[in-house]
Amino acid sequence: MALLEVKNLQVSFHTRNGEVKAVDDVSFTVESGKITAIIGESGSGKSVACYSLLGLIPRPPGKVEGGQALFEGEDLLQMSERQLQQIRGRDIAMIFQDPMTCLNPYMTIGDQLIEPIVFHKRISKKEARQRAVELLEEVGLRDPGSTIDSYPHEFSGGMRQRVMIAMALINEPKLLIADEPTTALDVTIQAQILKLIAQLQTKRDIGVIFISHDLAVVADIADDIIVMKTGKVVEHNDRQGIFHNAQHPYTKKLLSAIPGGTKTINPELHQPLITVSNLNTWFDQGKHQEPVKAVNNVSLEIRKGEILGLVGESGSGKSTIGRSILRLVPITSGTVNFDGTDVTSLEGGDLKNMRRRMQMIFQDPYASLNPRMSVYDTLAEPLLLHGIETKASVEQGVLKLMDHVGLARNFVRKYPHEFSGGQRQRIAIGRALSTRPEFIVADEPVSALDVTIQAQILDLMLDLGKEYGLTMLFVSHDLAVVKHIADRIVVLYKGEIVEQGTGRDLFDNPQQEYTRQLLHSIPGQALLA
Amino acid sequence: MSNDTTISDIATAEHGTSLWKDAWIRLKKNRLALFGLAVLTLFIIVALLTPWIAPYGYETQDLDLGATPPSAAHWLGTDIFGRDLLTLIMYGGRISLAVGFVATTVALLIGVTYGAIAGYAGGKIDAAMMRLVDILYALPFMIFIVLLMVVFGRNLLLLFLAIGAVEWLTMARIMRSQVQSLRQQEFVEAAVSLGLGPATIIRRHIIPNALGPIIVYTTLTIPSVMLLEAFLSFLGLGVQPPQTSWGLLISYGAETMEEFPWLLIFPGLALSLTLFSLNFLGDGLRDALDVRSSKD
Repeated sequence: MALLEVKNLQVSFHTRNGEVKAVDDVSFTVESGKITAIIGESGSGKSVACYSLLGLIPRPPGKVEGGQALFEGEDLLQMSERQLQQIRGRDIAMIFQDPMTCLNPYMTIGDQLIEPIVFHKRISKKEARQRAVELLEEVGLRDPGSTIDSYPHEFSGGMRQRVMIAMALINEPKLLIADEPTTALDVTIQAQILKLIAQLQTKRDIGVIFISHDLAVVADIADDIIVMKTGKVVEHNDRQGIFHNAQHPYTKKLLSAIPGGTKTINPELHQPLITVSNLNTWFDQGKHQEPVKAVNNVSLEIRKGEILGLVGESGSGKSTIGRSILRLVPITSGTVNFDGTDVTSLEGGDLKNMRRRMQMIFQDPYASLNPRMSVYDTLAEPLLLHGIETKASVEQGVLKLMDHVGLARNFVRKYPHEFSGGQRQRIAIGRALSTRPEFIVADEPVSALDVTIQAQILDLMLDLGKEYGLTMLFVSHDLAVVKHIADRIVVLYKGEIVEQGTGRDLFDNPQQEYTRQLLHSIPGQALLA
Repeated sequence: MSNDTTISDIATAEHGTSLWKDAWIRLKKNRLALFGLAVLTLFIIVALLTPWIAPYGYETQDLDLGATPPSAAHWLGTDIFGRDLLTLIMYGGRISLAVGFVATTVALLIGVTYGAIAGYAGGKIDAAMMRLVDILYALPFMIFIVLLMVVFGRNLLLLFLAIGAVEWLTMARIMRSQVQSLRQQEFVEAAVSLGLGPATIIRRHIIPNALGPIIVYTTLTIPSVMLLEAFLSFLGLGVQPPQTSWGLLISYGAETMEEFPWLLIFPGLALSLTLFSLNFLGDGLRDALDVRSSKD
């Protein structure tokens, strides 16, 4: 018998604008000892489907309209809140995307683990502590005997996620629901957590539902894959079937959106446009502490017309390098030579003119657009500032920019909150292009976007880059994306350059251990190769 | 769509041509806010026209009549000197509304500018500017005003300025904390990288996003300024009889509340109605200016 059998699940949300079918006739089964992945973009209903089984969706507006969810033969949907409480945490446990928000910052992780153990197992505090140490050891926390008394902020993101997993395991659940558990983590940490989940599932013989927006992430661990779109299951197959014999066009689209292939290097690369020499950007920590060396003695060249990929994990200083070149953070020492001018010493009108020539595209299009400025205001501001358009011609200038970045003209009076993430990123790209820059820093421009939108925005950037003859610094934690878009790649670790080379050189023949480790962490290589 | 489309062709019912026009479109849908706006407008018009439309002169006494309840000749009754209460409220409104709006405008202009500059500049400039605010906070407010009055003589305009000069301190602190969090936002960084100067960034990118708290605090400041004026007048530092204000009328009314309740009730009503209207309008404005709030 299947551990969990969901039949014809229907969930809808009753909003002011009418009923929205978030989950529409979804059926799937989860077996013990197997990992079932549910894949879909935001709004596909993947999370709602799982949360509604445990009564965790807000009701109202949410409502389970029909279907069955048999967990060991009993229908979860018919249970009272009290019965569900018994099941949640004991038989079915969950782990979430952001471990920091799930841990109490004022309690040591030991206390947070011991309390539920004492409550559920009715054992003494001392035994519970022993049990907690064992659990932490099982999830791969180093030296759990002493770290158990640390507070959540003393752990890295990956370690916190391990703690969350340990918490989920307290009651030896039969089913583990993991909702995007690795999305907030660096790629090497992601690989470790994925491995851990797969190990635990085999060792404890439990069923796992793994919710993710990214097919590549589950490529190595999932047994079954369910692809959802707008509340419906569009395809359900085992891993081999999905990756090698996808039937539904949407699944094929998702697969093709996984960035692949190596960009062939542009042979006509000329002299450098930007030369960064011995750049140091340190942040003061107060008088008695060592400064944080975000960028430590970095020298690099960006050649005219190329896209240089800057890769590293969080804290590697990759964003700070981009911002230092653009004079958005004060540098400590070093020079940035832009087409014969030292950017670091410019002031006043010269600096303003230099800013016109260098632009930036930010990671989060929700934060990088002024919420109180319409598309028109956002795009007209730089056009007028730099005298690119006159008051009389600015309207046409704005509309032309919108055409270029693929925004419908009738959106011109709308505000950022009325757009989707991809459309917002188009506005942000339009703003960056408005000053007719020669150089653009793109700081993780697609990380906040759904996979299929990611591919569209990358294509748009490549097209516009060619059209405008742009030089680009493409900052990303995602090696696969960088490999797809960049001519050359620079790998950073803790503020220093580890290795640089063309995409092909780096991927086929990495020289440094750290680069090898990064490459090895890219999910789904075996299946996608 | 053809290439000659102009922006005005695209403007729709929900979207005007600027933040303020959009806000006005949304405000018009908010009945309470419109009610508040209508009441305030009415009061201001009456206050402006009072010398011509008041039923009696404010110095006209009828000591034989004394305090009488509302009647046909005196709609809202008379005070202990036999003065017409409606007339007094109309004249008092001139002073109270003027104090409320002028002093608040002064506080708003100084506070928002000062707070925005301190918050945006940060570092040592910020520290120096905010220490000055702390020092002014610590000065006993009464002494400050008495000093001003002694040095410059009693003068209504000076009174307005003095109150405004005290009220801006809190506004500056609120504004500074808003600006500090806003300047960390990526859209401000984007504005810097476009080459915009600090003044433009504060004006176009920061202040519009800090409007919510500013408006709320403003609607709280106007009434507290009106009450402050009453307090000062009561001490003999503000308006002197036979001139009057709502605050003075209320404090005299409170003394004789048991014998002549109308002397408290009607000035109190005028003040409360103003404060209610201000709050309705303030709430409405805050919602209308927040482009995200009104989805309907």
